[in-house]
Amino acid sequence: MKKHPVSFTLNGQTVELLTAPNRTLLQVLREDLGLTGTKHGCGLGDCGACTVLLDDEPVNSCLILAVQVHGREVTTIEGLADGDRLHPLQEAFIQKGAIQCGFCTPGMLLSAKALLDRKKRPGEEEIRRALSGNLCRCTGYQKIVEAVEDAAKTMRTKKGAAS
Amino acid sequence: MKKQFDVINSRAPRLDAPDKAAGRAVYAADLNRPGQLYGAILQSPLAHARILDIDVSRAERLPGVKAVITAQEVGLTRYGVSPARYDETLFARDKVRYVGDEIAAVAAVDLETALEALALIQVDFEELPPVFDPHQAMAAGAPQLHEDYPRNICAEVHQEFGDVAAAFKDCDLIHNHKFVNKRQDAAFLEPHACLAEYDLSGHLTLFTSTQVPHYVQRTVAMVTGLPVGRVRVVKPYVGGGFGPKAEATPLEMSSCFLSMKTGRPVKMSYTREQVFLHSRARHRFFHEMTTGVNKDGTILALDHQCLLDGGAYSSFGIATVYYAGSLLGGPYRLPNMKYDGWRVYTNKPACGAQRGHGGVAARACFEQQLDIIAEQLGLDPIELRLKNIMSTGDVTCNELNMSSLGMRECIEAVRKGSNWNKKKGRLPQGKGIGMACGFFVSGAGYPIYRSDTYHSTVVIKVAEDGGTVTVQTGSAEIGQGSDTTMAMIAAETLGIPLSDVRVVSGDTDLSVDLGAYSSRQTLMTGHAAKEAAEEVKRQILEVLAEELGLDPARLDIRRGRIKIKGPPVDITPLRIRYLREHRGWSNQPEGDELCFREAARLAYLAKGTIVGTGKYKPPPLGGRFKGATVGTSPAYGCSAQVVEVSVDLETGQVFVEAMTDAHDCGLAINRTSVEGQMEGSLCMGLGEALFEEVKFDEQGRVVNPSLGEYHIPTALDMPKVKSIIVESNEPNGPFGAKEVGEGAIMPTIPAIINAVYDAAGVRINELPLTPERVLMALKEAQKKPGQVKGGKTKAHRPPRRN
Repeated sequence: MKKHPVSFTLNGQTVELLTAPNRTLLQVLREDLGLTGTKHGCGLGDCGACTVLLDDEPVNSCLILAVQVHGREVTTIEGLADGDRLHPLQEAFIQKGAIQCGFCTPGMLLSAKALLDRKKRPGEEEIRRALSGNLCRCTGYQKIVEAVEDAAKTMRTKKGAAS
Repeated sequence: MKKQFDVINSRAPRLDAPDKAAGRAVYAADLNRPGQLYGAILQSPLAHARILDIDVSRAERLPGVKAVITAQEVGLTRYGVSPARYDETLFARDKVRYVGDEIAAVAAVDLETALEALALIQVDFEELPPVFDPHQAMAAGAPQLHEDYPRNICAEVHQEFGDVAAAFKDCDLIHNHKFVNKRQDAAFLEPHACLAEYDLSGHLTLFTSTQVPHYVQRTVAMVTGLPVGRVRVVKPYVGGGFGPKAEATPLEMSSCFLSMKTGRPVKMSYTREQVFLHSRARHRFFHEMTTGVNKDGTILALDHQCLLDGGAYSSFGIATVYYAGSLLGGPYRLPNMKYDGWRVYTNKPACGAQRGHGGVAARACFEQQLDIIAEQLGLDPIELRLKNIMSTGDVTCNELNMSSLGMRECIEAVRKGSNWNKKKGRLPQGKGIGMACGFFVSGAGYPIYRSDTYHSTVVIKVAEDGGTVTVQTGSAEIGQGSDTTMAMIAAETLGIPLSDVRVVSGDTDLSVDLGAYSSRQTLMTGHAAKEAAEEVKRQILEVLAEELGLDPARLDIRRGRIKIKGPPVDITPLRIRYLREHRGWSNQPEGDELCFREAARLAYLAKGTIVGTGKYKPPPLGGRFKGATVGTSPAYGCSAQVVEVSVDLETGQVFVEAMTDAHDCGLAINRTSVEGQMEGSLCMGLGEALFEEVKFDEQGRVVNPSLGEYHIPTALDMPKVKSIIVESNEPNGPFGAKEVGEGAIMPTIPAIINAVYDAAGVRINELPLTPERVLMALKEAQKKPGQVKGGKTKAHRPPRRN
């Protein structure tokens, strides 16, 4: 199959590659670029484990073809921390016990990030709605929701302190 | 007065959380090896058929294909979970028994080629009549799945404790009730994946997504014919198990055979659809229970029949059919209990163990029945339960010993926590409140294969500089937090901070551990970890005592410091010794007391690497009757739940609005993890109650084999849960700890059903509580006001909706 050149920004870095037109973004991330933090749970867009941010919006990377991200910006779980400094959401997930098996965690964190980037003070219902495309079988979602609430608070405080 | 601890009983963040949050945790599908091949399995498209011929020649000729294996290559070694029912072979040779039965496997240079090769394998079938309904499967003349099991009866149980018939004569009220659940899928987020690597010296390493490295090692060794010592099973991080990953899979064994044949690493995984086909998840149970009570609500007898739709193979099924009966022995005093159970083969994927193994549907039936009886007697459901509950030291009629049981505390906690007294009987039409209780084993008392094996061994090794302690265990971290639990137990026992403990786990090279099933690791692996840590501590303090010329009894370790009782001792020479060995290092020991690492370094200098080992095996437990081993455990966790629902009386839709849960886990090693298990259990129970059902078409094909069509709860389906930890002190648990992983699911379904009755006046005896089913029940109740509600009981209250 003829390969197509694709160039996009991945976690802040420009990536150029040749890829077959039928390869999904998930396959390219995991298999070609070795970024295995993005998980494959179903391949059908049902579970959300493969969630990445495409131009800051959460998408199922198993439903996006790699050629579709040409010229766009992709953030994966590997790009969420600022160097060694974890994102407040990651910190909150760790502290609040929002992580059990961890398989939904990368997608869950990125969906939560998209929410907090557009909404500083989301209500519980909004958080649950924003995470409803990310299935978790371990936690019952309670500690995940609490962690997002906690991270939102931390992020507001930090912003407040900086300004 | 509760004992004070430095590490356990806290909310320590999990050791694996940072890697998982950063996307760095490695799962089986994340592994790659140079030169690896990709494997795929050919599965039967038919539910029941004779195999006349298998032609793999075209597949073998496809460029890129490196190996094709069938029963001809791998043989017909029978395996399964229980040696009493080894009824599976890796590949079918004579016939297939369900849509998904494995016929052949292929290894190729990439997955696309492997899948293309599967399509080139020609299998000639002669179709046989299938049987899908377990009642029909037991009937005379039904199609037979296995020659050795007439009437398709895989296992049957007939037990009686006390004298049920005689007891019924003394009862003031006898209630009969039927209940049926649906086949469930575990729906863990990570589909099974594995990578097998057979090396040039004849050693096989299998990296796999499993709950039970030890059992997989044994099964792989048995089926491949390799000695156990040449098979190493390594479990990377696992994306959830819940039971179905507690046995060796055809995926694992195929990859092993393909790697042995090709000499190259072979990577394989199930698609989500294949996860549904492999199944091994919750059975469908058809329960009928007759319960007799006195006027005052004292439960006198239970007569119970249960039929399990097993699917095509046994898997855990023998244990399941026993558990379905034995787990009703408590937590209520029940002097007379009769149980007749049958597990029946049908032409569907095999069912196995799933969270709350065997007991969930039985509990749902029984707790609903208690609710009905309470209403009949004019008793509050909580009062009826309080009247009958067991307490610490009680032994059930089937000889399960409640060595600790905070059942009363759990009930009182949810009564208060949910504000039950203000709500029960006072909610408006369409709103309801319900409650239920349950209990579960804290580790199966016996291994799956008959053996005197230790259930767990643990090795703890101290780094030569004394600074870090490594816990090595074959136990399985599958998301529940067992690595952190073992680290906390080791740190508490040794008297050092949690940050100084590292855990390496899930590898059969490290130790023997039966794995993550039957909620056993906290108690069993925990015991072994504690013993290993005590051994390390003893060795270190002995050397130190000798160096200081003291009685070892004067020494202890706490928070990483050496505590010396009695008159002051000059530690300067020892400190200088340590500092001399670490010139130029930062973070040197300081203060008036010796540090753990100074003492540990001394021990190393005196004795070489300091290693402590621990082991655990339960004492002989339970009765002597047939099947007594299933249900026995060194300890039992218990729980009570209150659920509040609203029911849309126009559409039949049920909304769970609040859940209050109390669980007695003995001493909570990690409070956050305990709550996590409780909340996760409730969520799984809610899904099973409200919408989960694996459905089949008339040809035995799963019609909803995806997470979109098989609906599990999302964040929007779950209400806020109030989790209350009740801590009894379990004498048989390490630091008094026992289970939480499965017991917490027990009350969820019946609490929801009982709340729906309170809200809408209808008893639903079949899961799930879909809007359609609830609406039909409402319509039925409308037709016959004041008539039958829930089995043969006369309703005391007319349906609320007229």
